[in-house]
Amino acid sequence: MSAVSPNVRLPRLEVTGRVAFHRVLLSEWTKLRSVRSTKWSLVVGFLLTIAFPVIFAFVTRSHWHSMSPGERAGRHPLDIALAGVNVAQLAIAVLGVLLISAEYSTGSIRSTFTAVPKRLPVLWAKLLDYAIVSLVLMVPAVLASFFASQAILHSIHPLQISFSQAGVARSLLGGALYVMLVGIFALAIGAIIRNTAGGIATFAGIFFVLPPLMNILPTSWNNAITQYLPSEAGRQLFALHHAAHTLTPLGGGLLFAGYCAAAIAVAAVLLVRRDV
Amino acid sequence: MIEARELTKDYGEKRAVDGLTFTVQPGIVTGFLGPNGSGKSTTMRLILGLDAPTRGDVTVNGRHYRDHNAPLHEVGSLLEARSVHTGRSAYNHLLALAQTHGIPKRRVSEVIDLVGLREVARKRTGQFSLGMGQRLGIAAALLGDPKTVMLDEPVNGLDPEGIHWVRNLLKGLAAEGRTVFVSSHLMSEMALTADHLIVIGRGKLIADTSVDDFVARASQKVVLVRSPEVGRLRESLARHPGVSFVDADRGSVEVHGLTAEQVGEEAAADGIALHELTPQQASLEEAFMNLTRDEVEFAAEMEEAAA
Repeated sequence: MSAVSPNVRLPRLEVTGRVAFHRVLLSEWTKLRSVRSTKWSLVVGFLLTIAFPVIFAFVTRSHWHSMSPGERAGRHPLDIALAGVNVAQLAIAVLGVLLISAEYSTGSIRSTFTAVPKRLPVLWAKLLDYAIVSLVLMVPAVLASFFASQAILHSIHPLQISFSQAGVARSLLGGALYVMLVGIFALAIGAIIRNTAGGIATFAGIFFVLPPLMNILPTSWNNAITQYLPSEAGRQLFALHHAAHTLTPLGGGLLFAGYCAAAIAVAAVLLVRRDV
Repeated sequence: MIEARELTKDYGEKRAVDGLTFTVQPGIVTGFLGPNGSGKSTTMRLILGLDAPTRGDVTVNGRHYRDHNAPLHEVGSLLEARSVHTGRSAYNHLLALAQTHGIPKRRVSEVIDLVGLREVARKRTGQFSLGMGQRLGIAAALLGDPKTVMLDEPVNGLDPEGIHWVRNLLKGLAAEGRTVFVSSHLMSEMALTADHLIVIGRGKLIADTSVDDFVARASQKVVLVRSPEVGRLRESLARHPGVSFVDADRGSVEVHGLTAEQVGEEAAADGIALHELTPQQASLEEAFMNLTRDEVEFAAEMEEAAA
């Protein structure tokens, strides 16, 4: 450590400002980019989104000649292109939880709320920053995975699909939007639970444990209920086939956004009320 | 200026802060003194609006902390508990704080230089020693050039040079007319730094006094006397009002309320031989310990009586 300067007078600060939302947004962006776990989660999320479709496409191409007609019919180019979304959502969700839970585990939330004692701007800024970052990351990722998988599958005619074909652009952008909303939902969960392990477990419970649990129910009940689960509703944003017991892309997307809004509302109320 | 009125905080069954009323004035260093666990840190969290009081009220510079539009210019604070993300560099930690108020980057570098962290500013704070962490906390407190500076145990983990530096800094800040509120569980530290003391024990206010008064009270007249005629000496000394005795070893007694000169002259007047006459200087530390211990015991007795 360097020697402390003998002059202990605090230099005056010429410029003084006040807390404003665009400033909190910039502050939260600085926090987001200045921690290693962020960079790793984002890189992993990005790579998984592209890597899975690429592998899937290669495997499909190499086994195509030995597949039965039934198997071949079961393969859809968009399924392949969006195969990474289900995996990438985990990386984005974990980071979403961490963005706020790590503030509690390290105690930096006290610094944060000392600088912005009204607290809510911090939540809005985190959500907006993360929404922008995950969308900016996921849109190119799904586009890259689409064009990469299509390039790998170029020799297999039935699996060729044009970007301009109905539903293709919607599914791809829907996939990116879905991952973004998952990140938002996870961030809200993190703000409610305030603990990394608990937040991730809660997220995993809602997204990965609840849906298979529905299979215990009689089919009619299962079909009636499952479509309204957050994960199932959100999935319709990028789903290709719509059954009688699934929501439309718009309906599912809106319902999922509604779940996100509800989680954010609970997080906001608790954030203002609880001691830090 | 910090004004607390009947400030009270319960955590479940436990009352951490109990009806504190005090005012911290600008232009002087006010020490906030109490044993560990007496409620100092809780009081500071209440001042910063991090915790909500169960009852009562506290304002800084005339407003609730939460109602300030530029809190970092009003209050610079260092909390005892770590409040830095261990994965972030010191520079980025301070930058993120500065950005909430539009404080320029050069100010961040300025406070980093001031606390002597320039060489490690880009390192992750998880690798910092306790002393470096304290310096970073002080840098954060000074970032906004605040009117009020509130530091929780700032010299914890600092080397002697750093402690000396903090003392000078605090005195300098107060001399500029700022409000300076510093907690410590070390009386000796406060005696060197503070002008005024707010002493608490078990969340209750014990003393709100100038350091000079506290010192005067602490250096009460106590004399240890050894004599072959202790009994007769006690009789003749007892004529003075306000005198009391505490039995020491056999043949000696502790006289409270008289100076060594008074005791010696009284003994000479009555022809009593003295084998020892030693003024007892209670240290500030002892005085503080007595004060807070009494409070703790008193509170315990009250609880027993209530039970």
